[in-house]
Amino acid sequence: MPGTTKDGSARRLFATFRPQRAALIGALLLALVSTGTSLLGPYLLGLATDLIAAGMVGRTLDPALSKDQVLAQLRGQGDGTLANVFSTMDLVPGEGVDFAKLATVVLASLVVFLVGGLCLWLQGRVVALAVQRVLFDLRDQVDRKLARLPLSYYDRTPPGEVLSRVTSDVDNLQQTLQLTVGQTVNMLFAILSVLVVMLVLSPTLALLVLITVPMAGALWFLVGKKAGARFAAQWAGTGAITARVEEVYSAHNLVRSFRRERQVRAAFDKENAALAEAEREAQALTGLIEPSTRFITDFAYVLVALFGAARVASGSMSLGEVLAFTQYAGMFTRPMVVLAGVAGQLQSGLASAARIFELMDAEEQRPDPENPDRPNWVRGRIKFDRVNFRYVPDVPLIRDLSLIVEPGSLVAIVGSTGSGKTTLGNLLMRFYEVDSGHILLDGVDIAEMTRDELRSQIRLVPQDPWLFHGTVAENITYGSPDATRDEMVAAARAAGVDRFVQGLPDGYDTVLNDDTTTISAGEKQLITLARAFLSPAAVLILDEATSSIDTRTEAYVQQAMGRLRNGRTSFVIAHRLSTVRMADVILVLDRGDIVERGTHDELIAAGGVYAGLHGA
Amino acid sequence: MIYRLIMGWTQAVLTGFLRAYLRPYRSGIAIIAVLQLLQTVCILLLPTLNAIIIDKGVVEGRMSWIVSVGIAMAVVTGIQVTVAISAQRKGAAVSAALGRDLRAAVFGRVLSLSAREVDRFGAPSLITRTVNDVKQAQSLTLTLFDTALATAILSLGGVALAVTQDFWLGLLLVAMFLVVCGCIGYMIATMSPLFEKLQTGIDLISQILREQINGARIVRASVQQEREHDRFAAANSFIFQPSLRVGRLMTTFAAMVTLVTNVFMTALVWFGGRRVDGGSLQLGTLSALIGYLTLIVLAMVMILVVITGLSRAFASVRRITEVLDSSPSVPEPFRTRAAGSGWLEVRNVHFAHPGSEKPVLNGVTMTARPGETVALVGGTGSGKSTLLNLIMRQYDVTGGAVLVDGADVRDLGADRIGTLVGVVPQTTKLFSGTVRANLHFGSPDAEDSLMWAALRIAQAADFVAAMPDGLDTELAQGGRSLSGGQRQRLAIARTLLRRPHILLLDDCFAALDAGTEARLRAALREALIGTTVVMTSQRIGAVLEADRIVVLDGGRVAGNGTHDELMAQSHVYREIVQSQPLGREPVDAGHD
Repeated sequence: MPGTTKDGSARRLFATFRPQRAALIGALLLALVSTGTSLLGPYLLGLATDLIAAGMVGRTLDPALSKDQVLAQLRGQGDGTLANVFSTMDLVPGEGVDFAKLATVVLASLVVFLVGGLCLWLQGRVVALAVQRVLFDLRDQVDRKLARLPLSYYDRTPPGEVLSRVTSDVDNLQQTLQLTVGQTVNMLFAILSVLVVMLVLSPTLALLVLITVPMAGALWFLVGKKAGARFAAQWAGTGAITARVEEVYSAHNLVRSFRRERQVRAAFDKENAALAEAEREAQALTGLIEPSTRFITDFAYVLVALFGAARVASGSMSLGEVLAFTQYAGMFTRPMVVLAGVAGQLQSGLASAARIFELMDAEEQRPDPENPDRPNWVRGRIKFDRVNFRYVPDVPLIRDLSLIVEPGSLVAIVGSTGSGKTTLGNLLMRFYEVDSGHILLDGVDIAEMTRDELRSQIRLVPQDPWLFHGTVAENITYGSPDATRDEMVAAARAAGVDRFVQGLPDGYDTVLNDDTTTISAGEKQLITLARAFLSPAAVLILDEATSSIDTRTEAYVQQAMGRLRNGRTSFVIAHRLSTVRMADVILVLDRGDIVERGTHDELIAAGGVYAGLHGA
Repeated sequence: MIYRLIMGWTQAVLTGFLRAYLRPYRSGIAIIAVLQLLQTVCILLLPTLNAIIIDKGVVEGRMSWIVSVGIAMAVVTGIQVTVAISAQRKGAAVSAALGRDLRAAVFGRVLSLSAREVDRFGAPSLITRTVNDVKQAQSLTLTLFDTALATAILSLGGVALAVTQDFWLGLLLVAMFLVVCGCIGYMIATMSPLFEKLQTGIDLISQILREQINGARIVRASVQQEREHDRFAAANSFIFQPSLRVGRLMTTFAAMVTLVTNVFMTALVWFGGRRVDGGSLQLGTLSALIGYLTLIVLAMVMILVVITGLSRAFASVRRITEVLDSSPSVPEPFRTRAAGSGWLEVRNVHFAHPGSEKPVLNGVTMTARPGETVALVGGTGSGKSTLLNLIMRQYDVTGGAVLVDGADVRDLGADRIGTLVGVVPQTTKLFSGTVRANLHFGSPDAEDSLMWAALRIAQAADFVAAMPDGLDTELAQGGRSLSGGQRQRLAIARTLLRRPHILLLDDCFAALDAGTEARLRAALREALIGTTVVMTSQRIGAVLEADRIVVLDGGRVAGNGTHDELMAQSHVYREIVQSQPLGREPVDAGHD
């Protein structure tokens, strides 16, 4: 799949920063300044050290002699090495440390550090804002993506898996970027500029330090490649465990009542152990990087000290220069150690990025037509024209189905379980696309309409009720956010919700969610039904809308439902045959085919499947 | 601020959280500590050796010194890297194991909680706590092992060495160390609440996403994608602010530490220069001091990473402990009594949801004998499902008692209730996995022949047999590929397989068509001889077959007897029967 490889992910991650270009360029400039100051600082301190060294040596010498005389004297005594060392110093025999000069240098370095700190701070703020904006946009895009995924995606992907990608993986990416973006820029700058300075100071010593780069590079590449795979496993494991946990927590009641804790635990433990193993391997591998890098850089440090000392001994460099050089070498290698320290996090972040991009790349539902059509006047005439559909590639469900439903008529769909009753509604709502054939709403192919336009003409009360986190009132007005409180209460009365809402702690303001156990399935269904009373849609689909409701309540609701159907084209899927009986046309479905159609009396008289359902 | 910090620490330590969960890995942690100590000694040795090179080698111009000390430095570096890698490996192992244990502990605790606690936390928050918060706590231990320990030893060691090298200049480093520690304390105290907010934000995001995924059909049917996106965007903004503030605080901290150390570095050179001039300090010692300071700076940079982890982990640890500390409102009894064959007695049971004034059940009394089928009828909200929940002990009664074979269910262990009582709930929930795995959910040892028998009774044998792999067919997410009726029949088979003494059927035929239901009922009648059955149903036809019918109305018993008795005595029952147009249909009359 494109974009799911590590390199691809890195590139795409980079691309997500494009809108933040201006901020990043600003950060880069600030980094340039702060890098400059961090170079200037040690240089000034090196100068200061030289001053101190000169003073230390100078005060021990005879003030009567000049510097050259001292050197000549030393050479005469055969102390050539020491003479070489002294020759590089700015010393005046008999004089101690020049504190006026030292004070200037020290003050200058203070100013430099202050400016550097300020730049670093500003740069960090700019980067933090850029990173958070990128992540905000990423989350936003992922959520928009979820709305474009076809329902079949959710049929085959556990909710916890999607959840994990949007929460854990994005969160991990955030931590990664937070840690690495600012630091990487700074460190790379530091490394490059220090390199230039070192080359100017002493190309030989610089080369010594430079050997560390290919060594560290090779190390990072080898370990990083392996660690990347382990991190991918770690985040996949996190997704799997989230899916498991989500499923079990959603069915908490059931697990408890079946006393299945032990078995559920066993399955969890297996995945949990696998995740821990992946985490251990990933961490152990990345744990290699930093110490090894440190080894390489320390090694370079020793080399520099060794060669530097030789240089001072031979008089080709001053002690201060060598000290400064060791400082620069430190400044060159320290960022490498820091980078090595975040290398693991970087691998981990890339693994998460790959998972996020994989979700972003999932196949979407067919986009709405560019020039959508719509019926001039929605009256609710529906035509199925030779419709074919299957959920599973090799198992056709709806075969060559044709049907015309006149506006305002009541269509009852009956048939045994699995005969495709719900599927008809799913196709009409365009939850799934027909494989071939057409469905027309008032003469317009629904595939030529935008989904939103189509769906706002149809009100569906689905088989499985679903409540959102929110109050009873909010759940009823879901889909009709403009409804007033009075309208909401009227709908609730009509649907029989009013009768049990009184028993809830806060009445209509009781907060519910789908996992709630305080209301029964029948009550959930009534709330779902109440939503339909607030909608002006021309077409109504009632899919087993009252299956969990007792007959007395149903009888109460029935009357209101009659009003609801009035003037609307209604599809009613039901087992209870009272509604079915009133239908203008009854469709008897068997494995996706309409095997009988007609009114109740006609079908009973025909003595076919429908009569069989009644008399079974 | 400092107070809050201390409180945070105390909380973590008092609850014994890390202590309890780290205990099994004591030896491992001890090894890590020793290794880190060794590593730090090596790191600290390097500037000392470097000072020797400068003082003895460079200044005095002795190359042999330089070479031999250089070799010593190389050896020390080698030891250091070996030790560091071992420490990292060990740390990775311990932290992965700790994460595993914590996840298992939270998961196990959630499983043991009753519905009320799960409701209180909310499933999305529990999911975040089980996965994400544990990850944070785990990464805390990892950083503790691989960075914090080394950093602490490093900076303390650096300071100590500096003090021994030159007392007064060493004090300068001590001062710097204290200033930085103050900054750290401030950071943790400021960041911790931010992270708490962040984790709450993640809960919120999970909740909204979960609703968008599981409610996708309704969202799309109601054309509410934009509104859902707005909700998500609000949650997204909710976490944007604390995230940004955390990022900025980190920046401030980094700049502050850099500045502080640089200022101290300058001070060190200035005061050091004076002392060198006074002759009381060797130049090499000054360079060693600068070296130590550099080390401490490096340590501080590492601290930066730790700080964020630490503050976040504090917030997460608190959230985890909250789950671990909550106990089920339905506690397990100490002893488990033996039980017999399925006598069920409901004795003057009262029940009200906490916070609600209106009781759901108000003095319900009924019995069901082994082999008897008792039907509960009553309107939606009459308390039928609640009564079944009380028999399953999903909740505890607020008055009266539920007795199974003479024993109060509150005295029976959950396992015992589980073996005695089986339930087919109103809403069907299947799990991902094969049909076989779903059936095993009820009884892990069941053989295939038994499974098929149960499937036949549940009228599910035909469609399972028609599936591509029979019992081994994978059911996609929660069996979404099946129809509602097929799922319900599988759920019935699942419960039947367990052969409970008392079977509760909670209106579980709702998704079945009339024909299937009739066949299923007939098969059940045959199979359930000797089993106590308590059922609720919307359809009067199903109720008619019961040995006895208990009519519930507004949480009270409004009638108890056979159909004919109730038709004569109970007006509530008559109303229910009359509300059912199908009550007089030939299909149901046939069973009368």
